[in-house]
Amino acid sequence: MITHPFTYRAPSTIEEAVAALGRSRDAKVIAGGHSLLPLMKLGLAQPDALVDLRRIASLRDIRAEADGTIVVGALATHRSIAEDRTIVSKLAALAEAAAAVGDPLVRARGTIGGSLAHADPAADEPAPVLAFDALIRAIGSKGKRDIRAGEYFKAAFETALAPDEIVAEIRFPAQTGRTGSAYVKFAHPASRFAVVGVAATVTLKGDGTVERAAIGVTGAADAPFRAAQAEKAITGTKGDAKAIAAAAAKAAEGITTLSDLVASSDYRRHLVTVYARRALERATQRAQG
Amino acid sequence: MGQAITVTINGAKQTKDVEPTQLLVELLRDTLGLTGTHVGCDTSQCGACTVLVDGRATKSCTILAVQTDGAEVVTVEGLAKNGELHPVQRAFASEHALQCGFCTPGLLITAVDFLARNPTPTDSEIRHAIEGNLCRCTGYHNIVNAVRSAAEMMTTTAQPKVAAGVKR
Ligand SMILES: Cc1cc2nc3c(=O)[nH]c(=O)nc-3n(C[C@H](O)[C@H](O)[C@H](O)COP(=O)(O)OP(=O)(O)OC[C@H]3O[C@@H](n4cnc5c(N)ncnc54)[C@H](O)[C@@H]3O)c2cc1C
Ligand code: FES
Ligand code: FES
Repeated sequence: MITHPFTYRAPSTIEEAVAALGRSRDAKVIAGGHSLLPLMKLGLAQPDALVDLRRIASLRDIRAEADGTIVVGALATHRSIAEDRTIVSKLAALAEAAAAVGDPLVRARGTIGGSLAHADPAADEPAPVLAFDALIRAIGSKGKRDIRAGEYFKAAFETALAPDEIVAEIRFPAQTGRTGSAYVKFAHPASRFAVVGVAATVTLKGDGTVERAAIGVTGAADAPFRAAQAEKAITGTKGDAKAIAAAAAKAAEGITTLSDLVASSDYRRHLVTVYARRALERATQRAQG
Repeated sequence: MGQAITVTINGAKQTKDVEPTQLLVELLRDTLGLTGTHVGCDTSQCGACTVLVDGRATKSCTILAVQTDGAEVVTVEGLAKNGELHPVQRAFASEHALQCGFCTPGLLITAVDFLARNPTPTDSEIRHAIEGNLCRCTGYHNIVNAVRSAAEMMTTTAQPKVAAGVKR
């Protein structure tokens, strides 16, 4: 039951939605509602106006642009992302993260834009968004801007978005050459959120050495992060089991890992290294084709 | 301040005045008396409240009634046609897939959506498909048997469609 009253509108353009957000101080966007409505029932969110994006059909699209950029609309559901052929073949880590969200009913309603805007530190999709170095395209009263994933996540439930900005789409740069990616997750046994989730992308040179690697980690800290030390360590190696293990061991370096009822800080740190190894192994195998 | 919405529920188009705060499950149960849809948790976890919204199995405690303006909703009451139970319902009965029955309406709806997309599932696919529906007394084994058996029934005989327009 929701007791706090609010007004509701479902505009059909993003400009109208931005304008509606600007009209009241506590207005909020609603997308899939699978984070917001539970918070409203608990009284933890008390918006005075909800602006539903559901009539803005263009925000649902998943498409590839001429230069190979894959654009995922903010309203694309976890289910549509997990099932999209282009994403499955070109952005495997994203498809795997979307498929790992909650349960099938949650995946049918919850959206990637909602997940990124809500910025739960245990959410799955932020990990591949970081590992693919995606751009988050936001539209607000001051116009449109692209925010790099690395600069987007600030802290638990905190992002670089301004209050009147709407996430319109997430832009994944073209994957070139011999690139593979993977997402692996240690799920909370009851909620299925990520205790630790790791996405890796690996690009190999013609001779099989690692040209580039990117690792996005979620669940482990106050905000999702790139495992920079591990990325550096794997680059230039042959991407064999030994090199991967050595690199993965550095995946939590410099990070303050969370401690809670499910997992201590030390245990999370350990999980980060284990899941970084698995993600790197799988991504490398896929790059080798 | 109420808002008028037009929604097709179990095939009947109706216009209702709803408060923005009203959840779809509250419209179904409290306003329309469709109490076949249950509320187990009201925290988006259990799936007892699952209904079809435009063909998609949806937790009706986690969608506002106003958000269904223009949509087609099917509840457990809408599964049987002309007094004949839906194959999924028949299979749940014959496979003993329920004890108290509290979770059953939600599981039936989830199974209907799932089998529409995957008419010949493996047992593992069935188990994953019902992850969002908790059953606290039957155990899942007979439920999986029932979904498998329904799939067999539905692929061997042509069945009437439950939802007229399935938008995906
Ligand atoms: C039972 C359950 C289990 C779950 N398990 C997982 C899990 O394992 N992993 C996981 O990652 N997530 C999980 N989730 C959360 C789920 O992924 C949500 O779908 C997601 O976090 C929010 O997306 P939404 O579209 O539902 O957003 P909403 O709930 O509609 O919105 C969430 C917040 O984001 C804002 N917002 C939404 N869209 C935009 C936009 N385009 N621009 C700007 N702001 C926006 C809203 O104002 C609100 O503050 C679970 C949820 C439930 C109910
Ligand atoms: S009552 Fe809706 S999920 Fe439990
Ligand atoms: S039959 Fe009792 S909860 Fe499932």
